[in-house]
Amino acid sequence: MPEQLIFAMEVTLNGLMAGVLYALVALGFVLIFKASGIFNFAQGVMALFAAMTLVGIMDGQVPFSHLINAIFGTDLHHFGWHIPALLAIVLTTGVMVGLAWCVQQFVMRHLVNQPPIILFMATIGLAYFLEGLSDLMWGSEIKNLDVGLPQGINLWIDEVTFNIFGYGFFIDNLDIVATIIAALLVVSLMAFSQYTKEGRAMRAVADDHQAALSVGISLNFIWVLVWSLAGFVALVAGIMWGTKSGVQFSLSLIALKALPVLMLGGFTSIPGAIVGGLIIGVGEQLFEFAIGAPYFGGATQNWFAYVLALIFLVFRPQGLFGEKIIERV
Amino acid sequence: MKLKLASLALGALMAAAAPALADLTIPALNYRTGPYAPSGIPYADGFSDYMTLINERDGGVGGERINVLECETAYNTEKGVECYEQTKGEGALVYIPQSTGITYQLIPKASADQIPIWSVAYGRTSAVNGKVFEWVFNLPVTYWDGASVAVKYAMEQEGGSLEGKKIALVYHNSAYGKEPIRTLEALSEKHGFELVLLPVDHPGQEQKAQWLQIRRERPDFVFMWGWGVMNQVAIQEAANIRYPMDKFIGVWWSGSEADVVPVGEGADGYKSLTFHGAGTDFPALQEIKTQVIDAGKGAGDGTKWGEVGYNKGVYTAAVVAEAIRHAQEMAGTASITPVQFRDAMETLEVTDEEFEALGLGGFAPAISLSCESHSSPRLAAVQQWDAEAGTWTLVSDYMEPDFEIVDPLIEEDSMAYADENGIELRCD
Repeated sequence: MPEQLIFAMEVTLNGLMAGVLYALVALGFVLIFKASGIFNFAQGVMALFAAMTLVGIMDGQVPFSHLINAIFGTDLHHFGWHIPALLAIVLTTGVMVGLAWCVQQFVMRHLVNQPPIILFMATIGLAYFLEGLSDLMWGSEIKNLDVGLPQGINLWIDEVTFNIFGYGFFIDNLDIVATIIAALLVVSLMAFSQYTKEGRAMRAVADDHQAALSVGISLNFIWVLVWSLAGFVALVAGIMWGTKSGVQFSLSLIALKALPVLMLGGFTSIPGAIVGGLIIGVGEQLFEFAIGAPYFGGATQNWFAYVLALIFLVFRPQGLFGEKIIERV
Repeated sequence: MKLKLASLALGALMAAAAPALADLTIPALNYRTGPYAPSGIPYADGFSDYMTLINERDGGVGGERINVLECETAYNTEKGVECYEQTKGEGALVYIPQSTGITYQLIPKASADQIPIWSVAYGRTSAVNGKVFEWVFNLPVTYWDGASVAVKYAMEQEGGSLEGKKIALVYHNSAYGKEPIRTLEALSEKHGFELVLLPVDHPGQEQKAQWLQIRRERPDFVFMWGWGVMNQVAIQEAANIRYPMDKFIGVWWSGSEADVVPVGEGADGYKSLTFHGAGTDFPALQEIKTQVIDAGKGAGDGTKWGEVGYNKGVYTAAVVAEAIRHAQEMAGTASITPVQFRDAMETLEVTDEEFEALGLGGFAPAISLSCESHSSPRLAAVQQWDAEAGTWTLVSDYMEPDFEIVDPLIEEDSMAYADENGIELRCD
């Protein structure tokens, strides 16, 4: 088999894995947009906030310690305990539920019936607020996140592919774990929305707010639920990306990777986020390998993802799996 | 009673304001917030803590206290320019922009306002040419010098020749990241090595394609001109593909604790260029610990003491303090102006003995500036990370660049700038 073809296969596999990581971020956007029509600009910052909180809880860091020390002249930093990863994840999920409640109670509830652009602007404000809050609560340092996920080359795949092709493929163990977790997450979310009372209520709200209200569904509860789920998805994305690069403020920029995925997969489809992520992941990696690096000097991934999404938009404006809405005047 | 309170308040205000008027003001364009804060905080702490030591221990320089005027830029160029505009009326002696983007914006402004700029191993490389750049200094070393030193070090490691070898440059796809390319291209022609260029788009969280290419092409050395999250991801990816870390060399902005600690054991053996010493085994740093940090007068919480970024801040502050001292001697007055500070920078000599007297013996090589050369000593060393001990150690001597290659490039670029801007050459 030609060498270039073997390399292309390796790049494709890595692209699929990278796509799963993009899809994890995109999922949070989809959940909120589907249920409330809000494009949540703060989703990336929620991933940052969740990951910072997780590390802070695990390491027993005193929240707001810089502020407390500055005001009271104390020297507080850590409680002196270390909490196991699983318990810390549960506690962080609780914090994200609390955040969801606060967002609904103090922001979104007051903006019911406002045009979508107002809601979008509110989420921009929320993003800046959360970024500042994360800084104030946990500090700006890069934090090491170790919840026990494996990292580095998968030796089994390396060996098997070497025996077949004479060249061992590089697949990161973390990417494999991310793929499994993303698959579980999607299946769970779909099962939740299909088979539970709350899930069906969520779908009802997504279809028609007023009709849902008329049959006794609490919009407040559903939106808290949706923001909580988006918060949990943000936590999962934060764990994956934080393990990869350390937990730091640039984590919030991963939202930029989710936008082309959403444009491609559709803003209202959970499977769309996954398929969109995979297409973007493979597309950008293959383009970089075959055309970008040899002919454009490299670093084409970022813009190519958007070009690919725009091409799809021309032919299918609602995205691959989005709902086609025709409004007649 | 009200009158008494008002008098007290006025008195307190005057007492608070009075020393500031007599102080020597150094604006500190710091970035303690935002995505690059992990790099900005240690430097800001180191700079302020050294100046606090000078103020507390010596009563300032020549009897004048140093007033470090912090302004937060969040590493944002627009905010940096705002900081300049806000602080230049406060009697600023020198600007240290801490960002190549801010430096480029301030060069014309500060030149017009006659306030010197010192871009500490960043900014416009050709500002070395003092005949063109009257108000800009970029000691102690430039990116082009750094690229040349990295090649020299690689050559030493390979037994004196790089003929037929392959060097990959993983770089931030920005003006900063592209800085070493011209130098490396010229050096690849001279020494016969192949140069592979691998740009990484900002912010650099996804570098899979670049590292798969490195895995396929197996370069003999990988150099990195990275920044922020790009550094941690690159070092992690290098560890993932099991690239030998002792062949992976970053520029001085890719070689701090923040870059290697998140990678854990995988970063062990990673190398980077540096222009100052590592660790805390210097009397001045010990004095900072006892007289500033332990006394509760530190700018931060003291956790950054001795880190690479912190030591950069100490180095910068020490050179500024020496330049002030020299300016005071030249001007015959303690209260110097920005013009006098610039004049002092152009004749500044900090010898090894003087560094020793400052409690920084062996911390950095001697400095000797002139009207023609606004950078000195133009030397860099290589430091290596020990993940288990959590320390950087210098593993080479300070090396000079290949001046035959670098200086003509500086001359060409600076003269082009002079032509474009109608600048008359000076220093005759």
